[in-house]
Amino acid sequence: MTDTIVIAEIVKGAVHPTTAELITAALALGSQPVVVVPCTDASVADGASQFSGAARILAAKSDVFSNYDAAGWASALDAVTPAGIIITSASPQSKDLAARLAARRGISVVQDVVQIEGGNLTSPIYSGKAMQTVSLSGNAVVTVRPNVFAAAASDGSTDVSVVDTTGNVATAVQEFMARASTRLDVAEANIIISGGRGMGSPANFSHLEAIADTLGAAVGASRAAVDTWDDIPHSMQVGQTGKTVNPNLYIAVGISGAIQHLAGMRSSKYIVAINKDADAPIFQHADYGIVATWEEALPILQSTLSTMMA
Amino acid sequence: MANIIVLVKQVPDTNARIVLSGDRVDLSAVKKVMSPYDEFAVETALQHRESSGGEVTAITVGGAGADKVLKDAKAIGVDNIVRIDCETPLDSNSLQSILASVISSLSAEVVYCGKSAADTGAGSTGPGLAERLGWASVSNTTSVEFGEQLSVVTPSAGGNARINVPLPAVVSCDKGNIKVRKPNVKGIMQAKKAQVDVRSVDVPASTVSVVAHSMPPAKPAGKSYQGGAAAAEVAQLLRDEANVI
Repeated sequence: MTDTIVIAEIVKGAVHPTTAELITAALALGSQPVVVVPCTDASVADGASQFSGAARILAAKSDVFSNYDAAGWASALDAVTPAGIIITSASPQSKDLAARLAARRGISVVQDVVQIEGGNLTSPIYSGKAMQTVSLSGNAVVTVRPNVFAAAASDGSTDVSVVDTTGNVATAVQEFMARASTRLDVAEANIIISGGRGMGSPANFSHLEAIADTLGAAVGASRAAVDTWDDIPHSMQVGQTGKTVNPNLYIAVGISGAIQHLAGMRSSKYIVAINKDADAPIFQHADYGIVATWEEALPILQSTLSTMMA
Repeated sequence: MANIIVLVKQVPDTNARIVLSGDRVDLSAVKKVMSPYDEFAVETALQHRESSGGEVTAITVGGAGADKVLKDAKAIGVDNIVRIDCETPLDSNSLQSILASVISSLSAEVVYCGKSAADTGAGSTGPGLAERLGWASVSNTTSVEFGEQLSVVTPSAGGNARINVPLPAVVSCDKGNIKVRKPNVKGIMQAKKAQVDVRSVDVPASTVSVVAHSMPPAKPAGKSYQGGAAAAEVAQLLRDEANVI
C-alpha cells in the first residue's frame, strides 16, 4: 500500500473541517494517512483527533506557522513529513504550499482533484470545460477540491504526537487589512449568492447582501456585472478570470450563465438560478431553477429564509 | 538596473468551446492566446522596469507555434524573448526543472508569472520554480510596489495582507486593479522583426501521465418553477432535500 500523508487545512489558526475530506481522499489512494497539523501551539492538533481513518496525528509545531509564507511552510513541513503521497486541500493557500512542497522533494503536484479511482486522479481542465485523468508513477503532492469527497466520520480518537520543526521564512507581513464588511469572501464561503447584470444596478446588490447575511453567505458577481459597474469590485468576480468556487450552495440571480461564469462555479454542490429569461443557459446547470424577475423572487426568498433561520 | 523575467503561456482562447477527439482534447480548431493572468504579469514586469531600469525577458516553453505568445509580449514592450524548445507534455516537476535551469543562467532577480494558466488552472509553476531556485515566492498578488524589496498585496483570511518580499523572488499575479497596456503600431512592427532566442534543454522524465481526457459529467435535470412565489418552496427544499442551509 502507498503511504499517504494529509496536511491538515488550517484556517485562522484552527483545523478546518475540510481536513476530514482529505482523509477520505488519502484512503482512496493508499493506506491510512498520517495527518500532519502545522501549528504554533500543539493543542491545535486536537482538532483533528476525532477524524476516523487517520493512522496517527503529528502536530508539527513551529513559529514559522504563525503567518503564511510558502518557503517557510514548505521547508518546515518537509522536515517532519514522512515520504509518500501528500494530500492537501485545493484552497488557494494550500495549492501554493503543495506546489512548493512538491518542488522541494523533486516530485510533481497534481492540483484540484475531484475524483480518485483505481489510483488515477481526475481534475477539471480548461476551467471545467473538460476533465483530465492522470496516473502517478512514484510519489506526488495531490490537492483535493473542497466539498467533493465525503468527510471521514468524526467518531475517532487518534492520539496526537508533537514534533518541533523549523523553516526558512522568506517574506514578512507588514499589515493585515481586514475587509470593511464582515461578510465572507467568495473564496472562503460555503454558500454564495451572486448577481449579474440582470440586477439592473449595483445598488440592487443590497438585496443579495441581505440574503447573504441571513445565510452567512458571501456575495459574488458575474464578469458582466464587474465590467459594467465600478462599484462591483473584481474581488467579487466568480468565473474564469475571477475566482473558481466550490460551495455547497450557489445562488445565481440575474446571471445568464455565460461559459466564463459557468467555468468558475459549475462544480458547486447545489445551484439555484433565478432569471426572468427561461432560456438562460444557467438553468441547464441549476438544481432548482426559478423563472422570475429578482424583484419578484428575492423578497420571498428573503422572508422564507429569515423565518427558517430564526 | 534589474534583470526581470516574465513567464508567458499560450492557451486556448477562454471563450473557446473545448471538444474531444477520442479520449484527448482536440485543440486544432481553437484560437490560441496569451493566458489572461500572464497579461497582468507582463504589465507588472514592465512597471518594474519603469521603476528601477533594467530589462524584461519573456520566457515560454513550447514548439515553434508558441513564438506567437512571445511576439505578443514583445509588442507590448518586453526587451527579450526566449523559447525553451519542448513540445512533449510535461508534469510540474519536469516543467519547473527546465525553467529553473534556463533562469539560473540568466542571473535574474525577479520572475513574474500569472497566478495560474487558463488551461490547467493549476498555479504550480510560480511557487515550484521559486523552491527550485531557492527564492522567496508570493502568489495571487493584486498589487506590487517596487523597491529594495517588493511590497505586495495578497488575499489573507478575512481580508488582505501587505507583505514584504525580499529579492530574488517569484511573484504570481492575479488581476487586481492594474490596467494592462495594449500594443501600439511601433511595438507590433518591432515584434515582427524580433528574433526568438531558442534554447534547447534536457527534459527529465515525467512521473505524471495523462490517461484520458473526458467531458464533465452531465448534471441531471433540476427542478424548475415559474414565478417568484416558488422561492418559498425552493428555500424549504434547500433545507429539507439538499441539506445545505
